[in-house]
Amino acid sequence: MDSTGLQIENLRISHGDRLLVSLTNQVAPGEILTVMGPSGSGKSTLLAAIIGTLDRSFKMTGQIILNGTDVTTLAPEKRKIGILFQDDLLFPHLSVGSNLAFGLPSAVRNRAKRQAAVSNALRDVGMEGFEDRDPSTLSGGQRARVALMRMLLSEPCALLLDEPFSKLDTELRGQIRDLVFQHARQSGLPVLMVTHDPEDAQAAGGTIIRLA
Amino acid sequence: MAQTRLNWLAPAVTIAVLTGPILAGIAGTVLPAFGYLPALGRAEFQAQAFSDLFQWPGFGAAVWLSLFTGVFATVLSLGCVVLIFAGWHGTRPFQIIERGLSPILAVPHAAAAFGLAFLIAPSGWVARAIAPIAGWDRPPDVLILQDPWGFSLVAGLVVKEVPFLLLMTLAALGQAQPAQSRQIARALGYGRISGWMKTVFPRVYPQIRLPIYAVLAFSMSVVDVAMILGPTTPPPLSVQVLKWMNDPDLTLRFRAAAAALVQLALVVGALTAWWTAERVVTWFGLRWIEKGGRGRCETELRAMAMVAVILTAATTVLGLAGLAVWSFAGLWRFPEVMPDVLTLRSWLRHGPVLWQPLVDTLVIAASAVAIGLGLTVWCQEAEQRHGLVPSNRALWLIYLPLILPQIAFLTGLQTLAVLSGIDGGRGAVIAVHIVFVLPYIMLSLSDPYRAWDKRYGTIACALGAGQNRVMWRVRLPMLLRPVLTAAAVGFAVSVGQYLPTQLIGAGRVQTITTEAVSLASGGDRRIVGIYALIQTMAAFLPFAAALIIPAVVYRNRKELRHG
Amino acid sequence: MQLSRRHFTFALAACAAMPAWAQPNPADWDAVLKEAKGQTVYWNAWGGSDIVNGFLAWAGTRVSEEYGVTLNHVKLSDTAEAVSRVLAEKSAGKTEGGAIDLIWINGENFASMKEQGLLFGPWAEALPNWSLVDPVANTALTADFTVPTDGMEAPWGMAKLVFFHDSAQVENPPKSMVELGEWAAANPGRFTYPQPPDFHGSTFLKQALIELTAFPTLLDQPIADDETYTKVTEPLWTFLDALTPNLWRKGQAYPQNGSRLIQLMADSEIDIGFNFNPNEASNAISNALLPDTVRSYVHDSGTIGNASFVAIPFNANAQAGAMVLANFLMSPEAQARMHDPAVWGLGTVLALEKLPDAERAAFESIELGVATLTPEELGATLPEPHPSWMVRLEQDWTSRFGTAQ
Repeated sequence: MDSTGLQIENLRISHGDRLLVSLTNQVAPGEILTVMGPSGSGKSTLLAAIIGTLDRSFKMTGQIILNGTDVTTLAPEKRKIGILFQDDLLFPHLSVGSNLAFGLPSAVRNRAKRQAAVSNALRDVGMEGFEDRDPSTLSGGQRARVALMRMLLSEPCALLLDEPFSKLDTELRGQIRDLVFQHARQSGLPVLMVTHDPEDAQAAGGTIIRLA
Repeated sequence: MAQTRLNWLAPAVTIAVLTGPILAGIAGTVLPAFGYLPALGRAEFQAQAFSDLFQWPGFGAAVWLSLFTGVFATVLSLGCVVLIFAGWHGTRPFQIIERGLSPILAVPHAAAAFGLAFLIAPSGWVARAIAPIAGWDRPPDVLILQDPWGFSLVAGLVVKEVPFLLLMTLAALGQAQPAQSRQIARALGYGRISGWMKTVFPRVYPQIRLPIYAVLAFSMSVVDVAMILGPTTPPPLSVQVLKWMNDPDLTLRFRAAAAALVQLALVVGALTAWWTAERVVTWFGLRWIEKGGRGRCETELRAMAMVAVILTAATTVLGLAGLAVWSFAGLWRFPEVMPDVLTLRSWLRHGPVLWQPLVDTLVIAASAVAIGLGLTVWCQEAEQRHGLVPSNRALWLIYLPLILPQIAFLTGLQTLAVLSGIDGGRGAVIAVHIVFVLPYIMLSLSDPYRAWDKRYGTIACALGAGQNRVMWRVRLPMLLRPVLTAAAVGFAVSVGQYLPTQLIGAGRVQTITTEAVSLASGGDRRIVGIYALIQTMAAFLPFAAALIIPAVVYRNRKELRHG
Repeated sequence: MQLSRRHFTFALAACAAMPAWAQPNPADWDAVLKEAKGQTVYWNAWGGSDIVNGFLAWAGTRVSEEYGVTLNHVKLSDTAEAVSRVLAEKSAGKTEGGAIDLIWINGENFASMKEQGLLFGPWAEALPNWSLVDPVANTALTADFTVPTDGMEAPWGMAKLVFFHDSAQVENPPKSMVELGEWAAANPGRFTYPQPPDFHGSTFLKQALIELTAFPTLLDQPIADDETYTKVTEPLWTFLDALTPNLWRKGQAYPQNGSRLIQLMADSEIDIGFNFNPNEASNAISNALLPDTVRSYVHDSGTIGNASFVAIPFNANAQAGAMVLANFLMSPEAQARMHDPAVWGLGTVLALEKLPDAERAAFESIELGVATLTPEELGATLPEPHPSWMVRLEQDWTSRFGTAQ
């Protein structure tokens, strides 16, 4: 079995007596696994388990393996799993540039190098020179792009998407979706997407799982 | 794992910091009340002190005063606040009132009381204003201040408690969706007031219950305001306790301890009675709601509420203005409305002496606030990171220092402080200030902390930031304004403390407040004016800082500029 | 004199029995000075008057310059707070390193501390400047409210009850308690006294008792029995029963202390006040508190006078420094300044004839304030009654008038 990608082994999450999630799956690099289901079906619980922020009131068994490493008991910040929510959640107290720099690993020490990485990321999404802007002055599409680049700069090994496009208007939605998927494939990231929009699932083109 | 254990420790340490001094202090009061105080050569338990107390001729009146002023002040304050919300919430005038009353919260009780005293005294500003019309060349000999019924004391309490309850209610309203309820109720044909009372109030009351209890307990046992405005023949019980405590006849300390316990029992009794009354009112209230009345006399009630609230605000502001004029006054006799000459003399003479107590005030307040803030953030972080949500019982513990009468445990604590050898220093004073500062910081910071969108934390973690980095770089910067506001509240509370500073500081630690109260005993309004103004400024400036700092730091961050 | 010398010898013996480091011996003054250097003295003294506070601050500067002793004035609103604190320390077993080094004290507070063993001493009569006082001529220096001081406290000021009135309002003030009662009946609401047990209020009761009772000599001794007490005080209660309805606010409220009387007169609420500092009215005029038409007067039969003392708690931290300060307060320099109405105006404890010429001349050149009486005008000084009278009077007053809702 190929050890790269995101492997979910016998993952069972329950709350009290109720079993919420029972899942075994493997997402290869560049592949997108779509999870669909009505609200309350445990989609968010699944994401919290993978990212490592599951509330202690839930009971979880099984393993989450990323590129051959078992990350099940690691702290969230050690897992190298990125996430995007339906809100862009740009830190309102930081400028656009600082938001991006926040994602940049601290291993990149040189100040000029850090600045260059931030500028390149902005250029990638057509926002050159936006470093000093206040996030709240950006348009919805710009904010979504900054959020994506911030996440990518942190060099994750997998990507989780929590209804990432549901708050964007129809016109933007397609654009941003393509951008996200394109970057994920370019970087060879396994992606797990939670959505209730069939269009998202269709565009992802990968396996679709339905939670009841 | 070690870090998890450290986080479990947070609530434990906080509760110990709060309740330790209180429990010890109560022990130090209970023992002498039952006749045990070896230093005075008594080491056997007896109830002599209580029978002495019950035979004291003023006992009944002092107890009645405590109960009456406490309950009356609470009912009046609550009534004003409820009516102003019911009649005016969501309107433009209400916003103005809200803006106007918030700063008054920072005015220390003693300063507000001094100001009120000068306004309403028969030789005060109001009387001076009407003297030419009334033809008075001497002030009328009428009993206003220190009236034996305690009305002026009640007034002094109400002007401070209305802003407190108003802001507490405002904070609680956030979760009650008042605007929607108001619209629905009015669409169903209810008047503004009856609609609010029937739909919003029942949901808000449980959330402001503890603040109301704190107001009731405080009003019943307040010492400094009662010394300035309250009756003296006899005084309310709490003031009498202090008098006996300070009597040169040392055996009176037994009676003082017994009276302190009676004061404690009175407060507990009044709270129980209030709690029972809540049940009764709820029962009748439900009937009233079901009867479907659409409201009567709404216009009159609205007008009354507005007048009452404006009066409380105007009283404090005018009172402080009066004290400000006094601090610049030369000779100023009745019935002159303004002094003969305005002079800097009083400021020049007292300015240099003010520095040391001012520095001590600031150092004590800053330390108590820093520690209180540290503990609060520690607890909140434990909650954020490990889901350690405090139970309802823990919330009561946090309110304990606000609900127990200070007089009941501070004197006992004084003995303990001496025993442990930490008395008389700033350290001890800071420790006891924390007991009173921490609850307010905790109460004002926990809601914003909980309301913070946790997904920011998840994102930051996913970006590789550890828990501490999330706290320092994301959570606290985003919560800058509530953190500073909580600090300002704590600061104002610390600045206003009289009894704890005086008793635990062995008189060696002098703050603006202890100086103000001891100088006030001299009665020279010029000096009282200077100290009251400085005291108000010391409490007020941190609030200004809490507004200005975020506005400056986040001048380019639209989302954070306005809380 | 003999009595105090015997006590002093006894004290020396007591000192000798204690560890040398704990108890400075005032007889060896050089050693005291040496030990005092660098000490900080926490002087607990009433802080309600900024005139007094100013004088204390000056004394602090001087002892710091002269002896390297730092003075920290702990401002009390009531001297009994300090008594409570020493008691709390004793009950906690804190027998050294206490928070209080020196207390401004007299009367009831002194009697109470002395009886409870809360004081250090004797030491006062061994101070170098004790040689400048005359305890034979001025018995108030060794008998504090008739309680022998036994060298446990050092005197530093003489106070005397003096009345004041606004001559623009009242031309001929009443010169006795009986006349005061009549005046109040004719001018209801224009007189009051601070609420006992405030010091000034209690003094008013004692002054009235001395003037009205038929048995003034019994006041020098402790109360013999209830019968005596009733017999001696009956005229006082009759007087107060008649006076009270004519008081300011009809006696339903009282001012808290003596200084309040000045503010009340400034507010035109009362026409007659009194104070224990003969110079208080002049001070108030020069500080623009009262108009310059205010004048002082005393009752024809004389008024109560007493001495202010300083005492050192048994567990004081800086006993040597406290003694140096007490000795400085008795020095001609400090006494002359204290006596100067421009500064404070309290009476001196020194016997002027014992001073060197230059220093005596300094005293005699002091100018009296506009509302200050000359020594001749001040008239006879009546001794304080035994403290037991004050305690009973305060209790009785409280039950009769202080709880009369």
